[in-house]
Amino acid sequence: MSEPGPEGRPILEAAGRPGRSIPQVVLTDAEAGAAEFAGSTSRVFNYFTPQKRRNTTYENVTVDVQPDPERYLTQGWIYSFADGTMGYEADWTRMKSSDWHAYRDPNGEWERTFYRHQTRNVHQVQQTMELARTTNVFADWDEKWLEIFAKHVSTWMHPEHGLGMYVFVRAQREAMTNMHNNAISVMAIHKMRAAQDIALLNLEVSQQLPDKFDESVHQEVWMEDPMWQGVRENVERMFVLGDWAEEVFAANIVFEPLVGELFRSGFVMHAAPLQGDYVTPTVIGLIRTEYERDLNATRDMFTLLVEDEEHGEENKQVMQEWLDKWVPLSIKAAQGLEPIWSEPEVQAMSFEESFGQAKSRFEDILSDLGLQLTEELVQK
Amino acid sequence: MARKSVSKAHAKIQELSWEPTFVEKDPKYKTDYTFKEGGQKDPMKQVLQSYFPMQEEKDHRVYGAVDAAIRGNMWRQVQPRWMEWQKLFLSIIPFPEISAARAMPLLTEAVPNPEIHNGLAFQMIDEVRHSTIQMNLKREYMRNYIDPAGFDITEKAFSNNYAGTIGRQFGEGFTTGDALTACNIYLQVVAETAFTNTLFVAMPSEAAANGDYLLPTVFLSVQSDESRHMNNGYGTLLMALANDENKDLIERDLIYSIWNQHAVVDAAIGTIIDYGSKDRRKDRDSYAEMWKRWYYDDYYRSYLVPLEKYGLKVPHDVVEDAWRRISDDFYHHHVAQFFATGWPVNYWRIDPMTDEDFEWFENKYPGWYDKFGKWWEHYSSLSEPNGHNPIAFENTGYVYPHRCWSCMVPCLIREDTIMDYVDGQWRTYCHKWCHWQDTVAYREEYKGRPTPAMGKMTGKREWESLYHGWDLADIQHDLGYVRSDGKTLVPQPHVQFEQDKMWTTDHCKGIEFQSPNVLLNEMSDEEREKHMEEYKQGFTINDTL
Repeated sequence: MSEPGPEGRPILEAAGRPGRSIPQVVLTDAEAGAAEFAGSTSRVFNYFTPQKRRNTTYENVTVDVQPDPERYLTQGWIYSFADGTMGYEADWTRMKSSDWHAYRDPNGEWERTFYRHQTRNVHQVQQTMELARTTNVFADWDEKWLEIFAKHVSTWMHPEHGLGMYVFVRAQREAMTNMHNNAISVMAIHKMRAAQDIALLNLEVSQQLPDKFDESVHQEVWMEDPMWQGVRENVERMFVLGDWAEEVFAANIVFEPLVGELFRSGFVMHAAPLQGDYVTPTVIGLIRTEYERDLNATRDMFTLLVEDEEHGEENKQVMQEWLDKWVPLSIKAAQGLEPIWSEPEVQAMSFEESFGQAKSRFEDILSDLGLQLTEELVQK
Repeated sequence: MARKSVSKAHAKIQELSWEPTFVEKDPKYKTDYTFKEGGQKDPMKQVLQSYFPMQEEKDHRVYGAVDAAIRGNMWRQVQPRWMEWQKLFLSIIPFPEISAARAMPLLTEAVPNPEIHNGLAFQMIDEVRHSTIQMNLKREYMRNYIDPAGFDITEKAFSNNYAGTIGRQFGEGFTTGDALTACNIYLQVVAETAFTNTLFVAMPSEAAANGDYLLPTVFLSVQSDESRHMNNGYGTLLMALANDENKDLIERDLIYSIWNQHAVVDAAIGTIIDYGSKDRRKDRDSYAEMWKRWYYDDYYRSYLVPLEKYGLKVPHDVVEDAWRRISDDFYHHHVAQFFATGWPVNYWRIDPMTDEDFEWFENKYPGWYDKFGKWWEHYSSLSEPNGHNPIAFENTGYVYPHRCWSCMVPCLIREDTIMDYVDGQWRTYCHKWCHWQDTVAYREEYKGRPTPAMGKMTGKREWESLYHGWDLADIQHDLGYVRSDGKTLVPQPHVQFEQDKMWTTDHCKGIEFQSPNVLLNEMSDEEREKHMEEYKQGFTINDTL
């Protein structure tokens, strides 16, 4: 055995087997607490203030990863766009903040929690589908419901995909902190997984009932059926916004409660079981659960902005403008869907009841943010 | 999900997208490239329902290894020399990772191919995974390694340090400027397809040889996602190549990306692998040998060159110039010497080289000792505070370098330095290709065609100019690189842990710091020419101090 060296004691010569070479294993005694010196106990990321008493894992892996000249970025951004716009600019939204970095995702999503949640959801859907397949429950579906599933439930894959791929994926590029952008990335994937879940349920039904089910009619319905054009217009108009906060607001504060939850919870979740379909509510129920998480993240995002001491009032005014712009579109989209409620053989809830619940939920969300609808919008 | 099912599922999800009719598309992120509709398929057939369980399984392996490292007390056998360089590396890399996530909408807006968009969305969330899993790895190092100082200030230090800024362009370059230049060529075709091999494959093997098996666990897990990203890049590149109008732009962007990333990544990773290791077996690969294998043979010869048949103009001379800097011109050895010269404004320690290291370097890089041996002997003799200044301020003969305006690594191969008057100031460049980046590539036209989408080089690009005329101790306080007692420095030119061997701000008081670029711009024309002529001749290290 070799003599102890200054960095530690070799415990194994790097001899290995003939013709092979392996690195030495050396005991270096470089573990925490092996020596005391200035800074030897400084074992917490200390460059940000945690929201609560201690840094959470989410904060540790998220805060300040996207730097900011307002904090520590002394040399500034070193590349810009052609017009001189920097990599991240506060004026990419009309919202203003005294401290963008105060925001934390209340769901605390980072990779480990996110993949765990998503895998659980995937397993839940796959188990339900497997059970449905092996017990041949699709054969029990009411024929009318099969048509509704093909023409309407399946069509819902499109707004989910559009919001995920062309609204949230872009919005996650643009906010001023990593906390905002990571939370929006999660929203994007929630939506895309939801869209793919619906598409794969459609595929499953088409494989089980190949002669009775029109698996691709949803594309035509989405593009041409008058019932769906309001929804499509609402979603497409979000594709061309240049303001990331408006995109999140229009999607999660306005569209989702007034249209998304109206259709998913107000129609599918109630109507499907009555037609012999327990599979679809599992898929749609997950979308609802994920929207609740997204809404929490969104509500905290905008609550900070309306409560901002310096800019809160101005932010509220801008949000009111956004309501004036987006609520009519979403109401039109919602009302366009009304005939669907009367299509099932067995009806669970009227459109008026469903829409009433959606509006009530919407008003609660606005109330949380200290916002209210104008009289004109209330009348609608 | 069975493979057959995945194929069917992937075919099905192609029904999700549509062409909007209520609005006109007006991409926020512009490109000078032009595309025809449709085109490339996604051979990886990515579907979220098979993706998540696969990723969770990878996570189980990673976090199982983290638990094992903690319970088995891996840090009893990690080399401090290695762990210290992780304070630098792991402060930088989460930002490029998250920037890659942010870059994806540049392509979803610019490339008319929904099948590729689907792959880009997977890449977006992969990159969130990479960034946060790497931050968590760093937190484990901070909690368990003998000296947490430097890890504890990690993202702040990344933001205000010269080396952090060098690394930052490997991130900002993904998200700004021309959408195709940034996200396709710079990120996917070069960074992910070429340099993740040295970053995420070569480095883990060196980590393991230094007692650190957590870095290999995390980074090989990260690397396993990269093949999907390379695939995204390849599909988009082939779409771009299908239009002859794009070929000059692709050539420009390959030159810029290959050269800039060579300058940046090889500077950091070459130094970390060769100077951060205690494994001096003669048959372990040097960084140059790794580069030859992973970059020259695997990427350049096996990936890029075959694309010539599709009309790709491969910048062979740029690849050869990069290889020459590594194999013949001691590029990353100069960088290591510079990092060690600058130790008082780092946030990590740099271990002196020993006779065993010298022997290994001379064996791997013949001629190394004549160029660097004497200086590292001086570094070693000046490593403990003993009434002298930090090495940068002692008379070793070393001349503090000018910084390259483009790559922001200093102009270390002195004879290659180019000085030019650009945009109203005198600038220095480390090589003709870096000069080309600023004066040709990052401009409003290229080969006579307007390039209105091309980005701009901005910011305070010479770090030293922030502190011109400051007292060194004041700089250290301003940066926050001072430990909890208010005076012991975070950086040390050694890996000894006795308090009385640690440098403090008291040792640095009264030393004035200067910016070479500020001084250069203050010189008369005659002085400047003479200065540059002498600079390019290099320096001689004194035999004695």
